[in-house]
Amino acid sequence: MSETDSARPADVMRPKHVGAPIKRSEDPRLLTGNGEYTADRKPDRALHVAFRRSERPHARIVRVDVEQARASAGVVAVFSADDLSGDFNPVIPTSRMPNYYATPITPLAVGKVRYVGEAVVAVVAESRYEAEDAVELIEIEYEPLGAASDCEANCEAGAPLLHEAAGTNVLIAREFKKGDVGADLAAAHVRVGGRFQMTRKAGLAMEPRSYSAEFEARREAITLYTSSNVPGIVRDAISDALDLPGTRLRVIAPDVGGSFGSKGSLYPEEIFICLAAKKLRRSVKWTADRLEDISSSSQAFAEIVQAEMGFDANGVAVALEADVTGDVGAYSIYPWTCGLEPVQVVSFLPGPYRIRSYRGAVKGVATTKPPTGPYRGVGRPISTFVAERLMDMGARALGLDPLEIRRRNLVRDDEFPYRIASGIIWDKTAFLECLEAAARTADYEALRKRQAEARREGRYLGIGLASYAELTGIGSRIAVAPGMPINTGSETAKIRIDSTGAITAAFGVASHGQGLETTLAQIIADDLGARFEDIRVVQGDSGAVPMSTGTYASRSAVLGGGAAKHASLALREKMKRVASHLLEASVADIDLTGGRAVVIGTDKAVSFRQIAKAVYSDMKTLPVEAREELEASYTYDPINGTTAAATHLAMVEVDVATCVVKVLDYVVAEDCGRIINPMIVDGQVHGGVAQGIGAALYEELVYDDEGQLLTASLVDYVAPSAVEIPDMRIVHVESESAAAGGFRGMGEGGTIGAPAAIANAIADALASFDIDISVLPATPERLFRLIQKSKNAKGI
Amino acid sequence: MKKDIVVTVNGRKFRETVEPRLLLSDFLRDTLGLTGTHVGCEHGVCGACTIIMDGDSVRSCLTLAVRADGAEIATVEGLGSPDALNALQAQFRENHGLQCGFCTPGMLMTGMDLLRKHPLATDEEIREGLSGNLCRCTGYQNIVAAIRAAAASRG
Repeated sequence: MSETDSARPADVMRPKHVGAPIKRSEDPRLLTGNGEYTADRKPDRALHVAFRRSERPHARIVRVDVEQARASAGVVAVFSADDLSGDFNPVIPTSRMPNYYATPITPLAVGKVRYVGEAVVAVVAESRYEAEDAVELIEIEYEPLGAASDCEANCEAGAPLLHEAAGTNVLIAREFKKGDVGADLAAAHVRVGGRFQMTRKAGLAMEPRSYSAEFEARREAITLYTSSNVPGIVRDAISDALDLPGTRLRVIAPDVGGSFGSKGSLYPEEIFICLAAKKLRRSVKWTADRLEDISSSSQAFAEIVQAEMGFDANGVAVALEADVTGDVGAYSIYPWTCGLEPVQVVSFLPGPYRIRSYRGAVKGVATTKPPTGPYRGVGRPISTFVAERLMDMGARALGLDPLEIRRRNLVRDDEFPYRIASGIIWDKTAFLECLEAAARTADYEALRKRQAEARREGRYLGIGLASYAELTGIGSRIAVAPGMPINTGSETAKIRIDSTGAITAAFGVASHGQGLETTLAQIIADDLGARFEDIRVVQGDSGAVPMSTGTYASRSAVLGGGAAKHASLALREKMKRVASHLLEASVADIDLTGGRAVVIGTDKAVSFRQIAKAVYSDMKTLPVEAREELEASYTYDPINGTTAAATHLAMVEVDVATCVVKVLDYVVAEDCGRIINPMIVDGQVHGGVAQGIGAALYEELVYDDEGQLLTASLVDYVAPSAVEIPDMRIVHVESESAAAGGFRGMGEGGTIGAPAAIANAIADALASFDIDISVLPATPERLFRLIQKSKNAKGI
Repeated sequence: MKKDIVVTVNGRKFRETVEPRLLLSDFLRDTLGLTGTHVGCEHGVCGACTIIMDGDSVRSCLTLAVRADGAEIATVEGLGSPDALNALQAQFRENHGLQCGFCTPGMLMTGMDLLRKHPLATDEEIREGLSGNLCRCTGYQNIVAAIRAAAASRG
């Protein structure tokens, strides 16, 4: 940008917000019960919805009897799919990917049910209690269609089909190739491999999904309040589904209680609630209970990976091959498609390493479970788990230390930009520095000594490393999900100074806990020269900017931050021009800082408020042509996006009697570019790692062979509590990216590195048993079986 | 068969007529409009709905409103205000002990109960005390730090 005046004396004095641990603007309201989440909305005379959900995994709907429910106290309407046909256009998650079948999304199940938890009938009543009473009175007759919950069995000929029109359960298939993998593997000095599995997880935001469609009769308009992190995507999709223009459909995500991706897709209930509000001309509300949230929100991961890696005699990885089977659930999710999660596994499998040849094939297979969708890390927690296990297995086979084998394989500084086999390009990022910083901070040698001492005492300690790279802040040249037709590559900021001098900055991003109201205001404060407390950030509102999508894929600091920077600098020039009139000085001599325009080197100054009054209210001070509206808008597109990277190091102890794993130490060395707010960055790492530890040790959605969910409560689905998560130490290696501001995205990384680091640490702790950690979570039961098997094999 | 109850919430007395099946969490949120108490699971595991009733922390989602007849209840709205946070709220802000804020009211009310009853001399004790409250955002480290700081500054 044109701002090259950073060495000027006035700038040296300027308070810097970017880089400072500024306390969050969001906190006072959230700490005092003054936040407003969707379930807190109280629209006038609202109706309440309860859904009758399928208790069958795969069945034809033969008959639905709702007569008793219709007659129940307080019931206003009861809808099944037949009552809605013709009232909406199905939403189709299209893609330019070949070998892909897009399953249509409808508000209620049509003709058959495909998972336990799928909504079949909706009751609308004067209260939630009455709606739930009526749901109990609905009778549904089903005809079973055969078990289809196993993704591998569902690929076989003769397996029951979830979508007959697709002609197969394989909804997506893709392959990446580089070089001659067969020849390189055959020539490799050492080959390691295995069958790896990352089981299905729940996103489990603490706020269950919640929607409030608020009807305004005067304008025949609906405002949907939604616990979504993609309100812009939801607005555009429902506009198409219900033929409502943007002037009559606004979608707002108010305070959102976490998402981690699980609120990042369009949901059938969002379509239903808007449709019901439109049909009934009343406001309509629904909030999931935890059972509904676990059994009908998009789920995570669920892949089986058969992989092999070959190394030369020096420990250099030469070839990598993988076949990935993704258990994508019953539907392809909008807008990301069922390809998002499993395709990303093969896209990112080579990771931050130089690997000469690669073949990665993926199949996404329909099963009778809720759809998989985005979840923190998307694909990369699995690709990193597999690649990092293979690195450690290679190191062991070659007699190398895990630290050393990574030194030999990470892309080096002089090799950037580096294109990996799937076509992803890593821009210059501190891969090796992160590895060394993690080892140094943890005092790797001391940990190895401690491990050896503990071993002599009969205790099993292990150290696990995991290095990864991810693509963040993705611009328009790359689709966030493969072949997806909507633009996710740009972000708009509209910054306006009103007649009181107050600053409103509107964005299409949608914070769901990340603190974007704070971080974006920090950027604006610096680049506009404003006071932090004068800036109000508006986000999560489809009405705030013409086009928006939301917050996902570690994009908002890079794209929102870039847009904030450019728009601030444009507005800064306008402010300087006005100030030059008021202060009778040349524009070049004026600086903006702390909410004032000052003539550099003098005590002459005017406040933003005075400038605003001169432009808008006081008709004498400025010539008419100088009264420029104090507003600037900028849409930023980083084109390619930017890399972020980290190395995680975990030390664990496995109690071989109880098979319980305790995390003793955890270090993260990460490069997220220029840091906007270190306090918030650390918080994102802590939370991401905690979810990664959950994925590695505790969390698993278990479906039986028929497709019944066995872990539908928080008692059975174990999310880590304060007792299970260790204190972490975080090192920042700040290498600035080429994106505006030098930022890189970082919200997901913690979850990418932790499963691999924990798995490697457990395998290291149990090395003497010669067992492999290839299925996560590594629960006590799984570890017990592995240890027993090893003991039996060794005759112990 | 509705029932009349009298409940004191944050020092103010309320007389209401409620259905016997009404949950205390719904009573606070929908009848009284105190939406600071959040409902995360409705089966007593996540702790988001924690309030203090007659001096003890209680899951309001597992309590019927009629059971609160005659009781004294404290909710997050009774702590501090946005421009005058109480000591624990201030430490949550200072230590970045919240992100999305959804579990936060439950964490604060549990924290208030722990601070009143326990020495909280070690992080293990704090973590044990928080083990009935789930947070998905923070990884707990900064929540523990906030409570540690509040414990240290107790009079």
